[in-house]
Amino acid sequence: MKTNDLILQTVTKIIIFLILAFSLHLFFAGHYTPGGGFIGGLMTAAALVLLLLAFDAKTVNKIFPIDFIQVAAIGLLIAVLTGIGSFFFDVPFLTQTFGYFDLPILGKTGLATAVLFDIGVYLVVIGVTMTIIQTIGEDE
Amino acid sequence: MNNLVILPILIPLVTGILLIFFNKNIPLQKWISVIASIATIVVSAILVQTVFTGGIQTLEIGDWRPPYGIVLVADMLASLLVLTASIVSLTCILYAFRTIGEAREKFYFYSVVQFLMVGVFGAFLTGDLFNLFVFFEVMLMSSYVLIVHGGTKVQLRESIKYILVNIISSALFVVAVGLLYSVVGTLNMADLSQRISEVGQPGILTVIAVLFLIVFGLKGAIFPLFFWLPGSYQAPPTAITALFGALLTKVGVYSIMRVFTLIFYHDTEFTHGLISILAGLTIVVGVIGAVSYWDVKKIIIYNIMTAVGVILIGVATMSTTSITGSIFYVVHDMIVKGALFFLVGAMAILSGTFDLKKMGGLIRNHPVLGWLFFIAVVTIAGIPPLSGFVGKLLIVQGGLENGDYVLAGVVLLSSLLVLYSVMKIFMNGFWGETKLSVTEEKGSTKGLILPIALLLSLSIALGVGAEWFIPYFNEAAETMMNPSIYIDAVLKE
Repeated sequence: MKTNDLILQTVTKIIIFLILAFSLHLFFAGHYTPGGGFIGGLMTAAALVLLLLAFDAKTVNKIFPIDFIQVAAIGLLIAVLTGIGSFFFDVPFLTQTFGYFDLPILGKTGLATAVLFDIGVYLVVIGVTMTIIQTIGEDE
Repeated sequence: MNNLVILPILIPLVTGILLIFFNKNIPLQKWISVIASIATIVVSAILVQTVFTGGIQTLEIGDWRPPYGIVLVADMLASLLVLTASIVSLTCILYAFRTIGEAREKFYFYSVVQFLMVGVFGAFLTGDLFNLFVFFEVMLMSSYVLIVHGGTKVQLRESIKYILVNIISSALFVVAVGLLYSVVGTLNMADLSQRISEVGQPGILTVIAVLFLIVFGLKGAIFPLFFWLPGSYQAPPTAITALFGALLTKVGVYSIMRVFTLIFYHDTEFTHGLISILAGLTIVVGVIGAVSYWDVKKIIIYNIMTAVGVILIGVATMSTTSITGSIFYVVHDMIVKGALFFLVGAMAILSGTFDLKKMGGLIRNHPVLGWLFFIAVVTIAGIPPLSGFVGKLLIVQGGLENGDYVLAGVVLLSSLLVLYSVMKIFMNGFWGETKLSVTEEKGSTKGLILPIALLLSLSIALGVGAEWFIPYFNEAAETMMNPSIYIDAVLKE
């Protein structure tokens, strides 16, 4: 029996951008307000899961031809490298720093190296969540 | 500020991550693993020497002063254990090259081993109780993967038990840390120790101490919390069992040593009395198991428990002599347990079974393996020129000085039964009628002799050169007996 999920698929196409935008907002909000890499990563993964629900695994693989285990590994590598970076400035491991910069569009913005670490967390969370879901989903 | 302290944790972590990218290229994986392990050994040897000459090394992570930030502390005990663990892990990797099989190797085996080492080194080096919990979890997660890796039926069954027990003990760990935090209000070990000595360990803190004993006892398999150990360690391949047997239980033992010499040492009559009783019973159960089985792997697994008991008796006695003995014995036991597991693994590869009754006469075709096993037997029993002797001697001496005649007697008697249990393997497996000719054997020992010989020569060096190594162990014991040295090094008032 072929079901007609036109409504689900159409809604997904719109909603998915909202969810991804919200996840990025959560990610960047983490330093001053609730949010951060973990919840941002989960929200991004949730968007991908919605795609998996509305379409099938093959289609999603075509849109995002990514090995999610590698995403997790890259995330870990980024997080560790931000720690190792401190070696070059002769300060203890994982020491973070921040400063204010005048960026072209955003104006005066506070940039902290903790965000780099958070990008690592973000990628690990996406990688691990999607690996779990895809592995279980594709299992016969 | 000393980033040297974090290198033993950082090298395996980066290696583990890199190996994820190369999981299909097995030769490259092997090269990276070996190079990283050797680098870890070199770094930890430098760390030991630095601590020996320059005192306790600390690293305040993220430049936050303790007790506010996490601090890594490399005192002599921690750095000695890190060095030993890194050597054992190198030999396990070498042993795995020949035995683990391509299917497992392609599925992130070497990567997970590196992550296991991150957890073990982290647990040894941390100076913060919650961080200790996190490193325990890093270690346990990796051990869950390794125990189920390959997915045979027996592995699946035993991994369920293993995971259940460890999840419960981890939950208890969190509860214990929560209680301790609510009473004392800090998690940094040095700060904890200082604040508890100010209030003099009232009843509630003794209760929490016993809760910690239960948690670490579950990890370290002391009586009556050892029930998960025999089955779980039986299931995975020998290279993994060796890694577990040599390192995982020792992390539990190390945590007991650390917590009960640094933090809870004010009500010794109760807590250390309890530890000594449990340690005595652990030895008894361990030797009963070791004597009763005819499965070579089981015999060695029960010998782990005996060793844990012996080490804890040294800790419970709380004299400089016995603690030096305990530390010596931990180091010796990590090395020799690794070697023993490799040896019985090699025997099982040759004869195709772990059942001792089906083996026999291996020494005719494999004299080197046979005599290596004999050296391991002599070492584990504690016969003078070798490394098992010094530790046990000091533990017994400390016990007798303290008037614990029963415990000293138990340690001595256990040596006899341990000797019997491993000699049984030697006599039945290597002597007697040759049951399999060279052509009938199920595998070869090619490449297996090297890691065994590495560990045993280290064990011989440790025993013969005890005079040369003892200053290191003495310094470790000195720090453990005087928590103020540790506290001053960390808090730097």
